[in-house]
Amino acid sequence: MPPCKAEVKKLSFFYGTMQALHQIDLPLADKHVTALVGPSGCGKSTLLRCFNRIHDLYPNTRYDGEIILYPSGANIVDKSIDPIEMRMRIGMVFQKPNPFPKSIFENVAYGLRLKGITNKTELKDRVEVALTSTAIWEEIKDRLNKSAYELSGGQQQRLCIARAVAAEPEMLLMDEPCSALDPIASAKIEDLIRELRKKYAVLIVTHNMQQASRASDYTAFMYLGRLVEFGTTTDIFTNPKSKETEDYVTGRFG
Amino acid sequence: MDKQTAKIVARRKLEDRIFNALGIFCTLVALSTLALLLGDLLVTGLSRIDWQFLTSFPSRKAERSGILSSWVGSLVVMCVTGCTAVPLGIAAGVYMEEYGRKGRINTIIEVNIANLAGVPSIIYGLMALGIFVYYLGLGQSVLAGGLTLAVLILPIVIVSTREALRTVPVQIREAAYALGASKWQVISHHLLRYSLGGISTGVIIAISRAIGETAPLITIGALTFIAFLPTSPLAEPFPEHLTDWLHSPFAVLPIQMFNWTSRPTEDFHRNAAAAGIILIAVTLSLNAVAIFVRHRVRRHIKW
Ligand SMILES: Nc1ncnc2c1ncn2[C@@H]1O[C@H](COP(=O)(O)OP(=O)(O)OP(=O)(O)O)[C@@H](O)[C@H]1O
Ligand SMILES: [Mg+2]
Repeated sequence: MPPCKAEVKKLSFFYGTMQALHQIDLPLADKHVTALVGPSGCGKSTLLRCFNRIHDLYPNTRYDGEIILYPSGANIVDKSIDPIEMRMRIGMVFQKPNPFPKSIFENVAYGLRLKGITNKTELKDRVEVALTSTAIWEEIKDRLNKSAYELSGGQQQRLCIARAVAAEPEMLLMDEPCSALDPIASAKIEDLIRELRKKYAVLIVTHNMQQASRASDYTAFMYLGRLVEFGTTTDIFTNPKSKETEDYVTGRFG
Repeated sequence: MDKQTAKIVARRKLEDRIFNALGIFCTLVALSTLALLLGDLLVTGLSRIDWQFLTSFPSRKAERSGILSSWVGSLVVMCVTGCTAVPLGIAAGVYMEEYGRKGRINTIIEVNIANLAGVPSIIYGLMALGIFVYYLGLGQSVLAGGLTLAVLILPIVIVSTREALRTVPVQIREAAYALGASKWQVISHHLLRYSLGGISTGVIIAISRAIGETAPLITIGALTFIAFLPTSPLAEPFPEHLTDWLHSPFAVLPIQMFNWTSRPTEDFHRNAAAAGIILIAVTLSLNAVAIFVRHRVRRHIKW
């Protein structure tokens, strides 16, 4: 296994008294894509959202265990770590495209502004870089000042990815980024994910097994809040060790 | 269709028609009452509105009377009301919606604020008489009047702020937080901006309610007959009179109107009707502005 970007160690998570994650152990390889698969309600989103501590926004949530971020070795879910700084270092893309009701430019520039970048030319350059890297620059370069809501769903999602990568995070989280898109738009996002892998560690939740097998290097299978199996995507899909994994990835699972 | 079904359908249709007719009747009653009222007001008062009416002080002679002191009074009182109730109300709404922990205390406060909106306004007048006029020694001044109305409309501003904030979808909040925004940044860069339409609608409605309030101002002792204006804050020598207007006695439009209706002669009643028309016009245009603002702000926001 290549060097780790992050490592989940004995992580449990609670919504109030309901334990949603049980003692998860999971390494995330740097500059590789790790797919998180499993039946609905097994805790994929919950695990993903631990990485940027977005659970902190809601009352009565509790983490137990560690997520170590390398190279610093800091424990992301530790109370002493500032979640705001963590969120600047770890980008997230949501299931439904959620651009701000602002201009296309302002959407992408927002993360940069939060980092304190105010220089106009620098903002412009970095917005262009981000939009180019998400393969949407050519389509929208003439309407940067138009509302982001004028874009199609697929374009909006690529805009949201650009927004997440503009501030150059160290890692990218994606929660079913294609589930609201048609196959062509999904294919574009998949290409994009393979491109993003060159720079980031990517953790992606998906329900689409073809997508997982095409776009990811490692796959983790979760079931009922536990991590059942983790391995290279090839192994998980062709040679799974557990019966549940096999049933799920071959589509025989309920 | 068998007979049984046909019968049921026929009955449903009849019910529909009856309810429809009833609805139209009720609407007509309400509308025609309003139209009659407005019509009466217009017939009596419209011819009385002219430049002289707007620029004269009240007088013992009806035809020489005007509403100068009362519209200026309404304006300055609303300044005080707006400047205090709007920031306070928005801040309280933001606090309760975004910062306050959702618990029993918050629920109790919430219910009580909703109740406050329904307290008869004269009660606010009594409270203001005790607190602002006597205890704080503000006297029967513009400041006391403005603060009284501010307290009166505070619940409306708070409730509409909270409701407007609540319309911003959780996905937008999460998107902002996920980029590393602090709570205050999420509020100021996103929530307040996107809910501006709802908040300003609430504020305008609240102000237009305050303009028409009479009872609490009479309670604290607003004048019914006043033949001078508050000192201009710009009066020479300049900074000395900056806050004098706040301590000036005042009258407001509805009180002026009330005063005229209680006079015996017909001419004064015409004055009252004319003042009423102006009051209604101001209120209606404020509501129009509210609708316009909401429409404007929401144009780029779809959720
Ligand atoms: N806010 C919440 N409060 C309480 N329980 C929750 C909350 N969110 C999720 N859960 C529970 O936690 C478990 C895991 O949910 P999670 O959303 O992580 O599943 P998921 O694997 O992402 O499912 P899906 O594939 O449908 O998105 C579920 O049993 C769910 O009911
Ligand atoms: Mg999910």
